[in-house]
Amino acid sequence: MGKRVGLEVSLAVAEAVKLANVDVVSAYPITPQTHIVEELSVYVASGELDAEFIPVESEHSAMSAALGAAAAGARVYTATASQGLALMHEILFIVSGMRMPMVMTVANRALSAPISIWNDHGDIMAERDIGWIQIFAENGQEALDLTLCAFKIAEDKRVLLPMIVNIDGFTLSHVIEPVIIPDHAEVDAFLPPYQPVLKLDTQNPVTFGPVGVPEVYTEARKQLEQAVIGAKPVVDEVLAGFGAAFDRQYKLVEQNGKIGAKTLFVTMGSLGETCMTAVDELMAEGQDAGQTRIRLWRPFPEEEFLAACAGAEKLVVIDRALSPGAVCGPVASELKSLFYGRPGAPEIINVIAGLGGRDVTVREFKEMFALAGSGKLSGNYMMWGVESHAS
Amino acid sequence: MSKQAIMAWEDLALGTAILSPGNAKELRTGDWRSLKPKLDEEKCIKCSLCAMYCPEFCISVDAEGFYRPDFYYCKGCGVCANECPKDAITMGKEGE
Ligand code: SF4
Ligand code: SF4
Repeated sequence: MGKRVGLEVSLAVAEAVKLANVDVVSAYPITPQTHIVEELSVYVASGELDAEFIPVESEHSAMSAALGAAAAGARVYTATASQGLALMHEILFIVSGMRMPMVMTVANRALSAPISIWNDHGDIMAERDIGWIQIFAENGQEALDLTLCAFKIAEDKRVLLPMIVNIDGFTLSHVIEPVIIPDHAEVDAFLPPYQPVLKLDTQNPVTFGPVGVPEVYTEARKQLEQAVIGAKPVVDEVLAGFGAAFDRQYKLVEQNGKIGAKTLFVTMGSLGETCMTAVDELMAEGQDAGQTRIRLWRPFPEEEFLAACAGAEKLVVIDRALSPGAVCGPVASELKSLFYGRPGAPEIINVIAGLGGRDVTVREFKEMFALAGSGKLSGNYMMWGVESHAS
Repeated sequence: MSKQAIMAWEDLALGTAILSPGNAKELRTGDWRSLKPKLDEEKCIKCSLCAMYCPEFCISVDAEGFYRPDFYYCKGCGVCANECPKDAITMGKEGE
């Protein structure tokens, strides 16, 4: 059932964390994530949430304390963005390598310099290879729902990995949306208490994080790789279970617009919703347009993506991150690898757009569509909307 | 399996944790030794400083009160020889 309220998305995420009965929140405030952890600290202070709130002195410490708490067998939550995520960098690998489940919201924000508090995916794209499960929400309801699912996925005995739920900074984090908050009893039925497989326990001593000599490191990385790849069916299963319990369906990859269209936009995150409007308008104008939205980013849902793009001749892939000096943007790079050598592979057009909070409007998506159709979007990638004397 | 690996990835504990506490004692650091400490009983005053400084904690006192390394673990680092106040320990080539 739940109750439908108008709520800032950050607070909806905090509600989800409270409903998940976390044991430990370890976090450092950073724009645009601040409202989430601020709200959680209020819940803990008021006794509404029976958890330990660790107000650390940096994101490096936030992730380190989260790791320690997870090793002790706690259900752990943290959140960050941009420079904060970058400061966590070295610990992120340790958490996944040690197979410690936890959930982190990243309120995606551009990296400095120049200083930008606004949204893009530069922060998370720099963390592609950390061995965490990574998913992107498109709207407020999804941010709440995926946060609940993330605990169940991360703690599943077949997974035992940390998981990041990406929400676009400001575009999602600070927007007030109508959101259905589930009842506590419904969430309790969906998400049972966490049962760690291994934890720090003086009665049963174990060593976490030992040296991995060259004779064992490769095998250790193989174990992590298999866990990440093996998480895909569990993500699918948990999302399906969530759909059955709460009547809101989420897939690893979503389709929008005309199924089997020749030209498809590929989006990830909240820009997908603007693009949907553009696709709807294009279809109303009789254009052969569709859209594929990537929800699960790591592990990459290869089969699901291929199926969603069946029959397409052109993919207009939107990247919200620039990889300077690379062949193309990170999402396009992934997709070019996926399609390489496949018969009938579509042409992949890469547009880098929406950096550091630059708006990408419905009209601009339609312009991209027109340019892609006339073959004017060529080259490895194009940075959209760059003001220049040359153009 | 690669000749360089000590076990299959499937046999590693979750997150490469070590489940048998204290198994570092099985690690034969004596294998690393190229120099071997030798004690001059005439010079030794049995002060135990060598045992305190040994980074392998492998020096213990024998029945006569002399401090002697366990060569399963002694890695030949020479810390004991350096720290001995009476120069009672000399480092000789392993195998000589
Ligand atoms: S050589 Fe090094 S390891 Fe060996 S007994 Fe002396 S201090 Fe210990
Ligand atoms: S430090 Fe030197 S004198 Fe002291 S016990 Fe060791 S060998 Fe003997």
